[in-house]
Amino acid sequence: MERKKKLSNLLYSQKIAPYFFVLPFLLSFAIFFAYPVFSTVVMSFQEVLPGQVTFIGLENYKDLWNPTFLKSLKNSTVYTALTLCVLIPIPLLLAVFLNSKIMVAKNFFRSIIFIPALTSVVVAGIIFRLIFGGQEGALLNSIIGIFGFEPKAWLNNAGLSMFALVILATWKWMGINLLYFLAGLQNIPRELYEAADVDGASTWKKFTNVTVPLLKPITIYVFTISIYGGYSMFAESYMLYGNNNSPNDMGLTIVGYLYRNGIEQNNLGFGSAVGITLLVLTFVITLVQLSLSGMFKKEE
Amino acid sequence: MQTKQRKRWKISTVILLILFIVISIFALFPLVAITLASFKPSKEILRFGLNLSLQPEVLSFDNYAFIFSGASEYFIWYKNSILITIISTILCLLLSCMVGYGLAVYDFKFKNLIFGMVLVVMMVPVEIIMLPLYKLTMNLGLMDTLIGAFLPFIVAPIPIFFFRQYAAGLPRDLLDAARVDGSTELGIFFKVMMPLMAPAFSSMAILQALASWNNFLWPLIVLKSSDKLTLPIGLSTLLTPYGNNYDVLIAGSVLAIIPILIVFIFFQRYFIEGMTAGGVKG
Repeated sequence: MERKKKLSNLLYSQKIAPYFFVLPFLLSFAIFFAYPVFSTVVMSFQEVLPGQVTFIGLENYKDLWNPTFLKSLKNSTVYTALTLCVLIPIPLLLAVFLNSKIMVAKNFFRSIIFIPALTSVVVAGIIFRLIFGGQEGALLNSIIGIFGFEPKAWLNNAGLSMFALVILATWKWMGINLLYFLAGLQNIPRELYEAADVDGASTWKKFTNVTVPLLKPITIYVFTISIYGGYSMFAESYMLYGNNNSPNDMGLTIVGYLYRNGIEQNNLGFGSAVGITLLVLTFVITLVQLSLSGMFKKEE
Repeated sequence: MQTKQRKRWKISTVILLILFIVISIFALFPLVAITLASFKPSKEILRFGLNLSLQPEVLSFDNYAFIFSGASEYFIWYKNSILITIISTILCLLLSCMVGYGLAVYDFKFKNLIFGMVLVVMMVPVEIIMLPLYKLTMNLGLMDTLIGAFLPFIVAPIPIFFFRQYAAGLPRDLLDAARVDGSTELGIFFKVMMPLMAPAFSSMAILQALASWNNFLWPLIVLKSSDKLTLPIGLSTLLTPYGNNYDVLIAGSVLAIIPILIVFIFFQRYFIEGMTAGGVKG
């Protein structure tokens, strides 16, 4: 009787209930996040061989200073920088256009531009691998052929293949970023524009003095996720080249390097050092970028 | 004055319209191109690459016929993807909803700390913990199993975040009313609050299903045998240095997009709500 009462008290307890509700997260956090993070830090100081683990201090990090890793670092950085240049200003402008009073068929265009985001990177990769094919009759070559250009081996040239990767990213992510900016625009109070109208502000003035400043939080958000997305890019390159080995490693990314060492060559220690480097890198960039944009100063 | 203004508006509308039509072509063109290509013999693709030349005499359904003949493992991958998508989406929504609800509705000691942990998980790129997760999955005996392909990510931060926001907006009076009626806390959640969160479920379900259907890196690491692969991983194995199986690859890609496209056409609103949930704070 006493026991039964205790049990039913448990079911009604408002003190215990919240812990029950957050339990799935706590378990998953401990097993699939905290432990792996801890473990990857530890492994990065070890040489992990099957059945044998040796502590080797900073050796893995020293080994990171090699041409292949530096190349992957450079590729990821260039890719991230280029995608930021394309995928922030263009979707922002398009969102402003799409949101303007004079635009027609808004929902239709928004949906169409969003459709590429539905495709998996694998399918997108297959499509763009074919579009950027080296054959004379391949899609892009036949298009530039119309304008009198020679066919190019797009995926065999470092500069051109980076171009292909950025085009693929633009295609896939433009609609999502556009959506973010549209959502941000809808949160700007209409009265601000009306007030600007009363003051006789031009369209450009309204854009620079009202729209851009008020979109700042959403722009920072898009910026941050784009940096993370750029530096963790892997599948796009994997698909465009048909595997993780591009000619001369021109499409190798940091995650590609992590995958190559950790999974393909089963060198978990060294791969972990690559992961930690990536973590530190994205973290530092985000901090710098957040402080530059004044996020830490005057947010209420 | 009035007419002049209206005329100028019209011109700018036309300019915008043209701009958006061009961008729409950019968005749709690759999908149209691959759909056209799927009706061409794969030899043709191999020789000339993907192109837009439409020769009705070579149009064929051979690629689709080959896939549907069952000679390739395509439909096994399809089945695996559907299975994983359904199971992982249901589990993820149920668990994330519980967590989000717990964080929103109750006041308890470690509430802010736990929410902080959710944000940390959101901020750390998952690629970083792939290797220890790989080791862990191996030790748990889950390598090359469908469960291993989704288990580590079954409690996801973005749905938690979304459900927390949503649950915070629900009327608290209902909680007290249900308590007075003698409901247990769990009963309140399942019978009273969860039904109220139905709209949140719709948008998160669609988003989660999309993410699961298209997931790449983790299944690539976990799944090995060809009858265990998901659709994206299966397709990616067809691209090899020794030649590409374009017949399955192209028609298979088209078939992989179609279900999502159909869902999107019917549930656009929920897609868009779900997508923007993480970025915009009301």
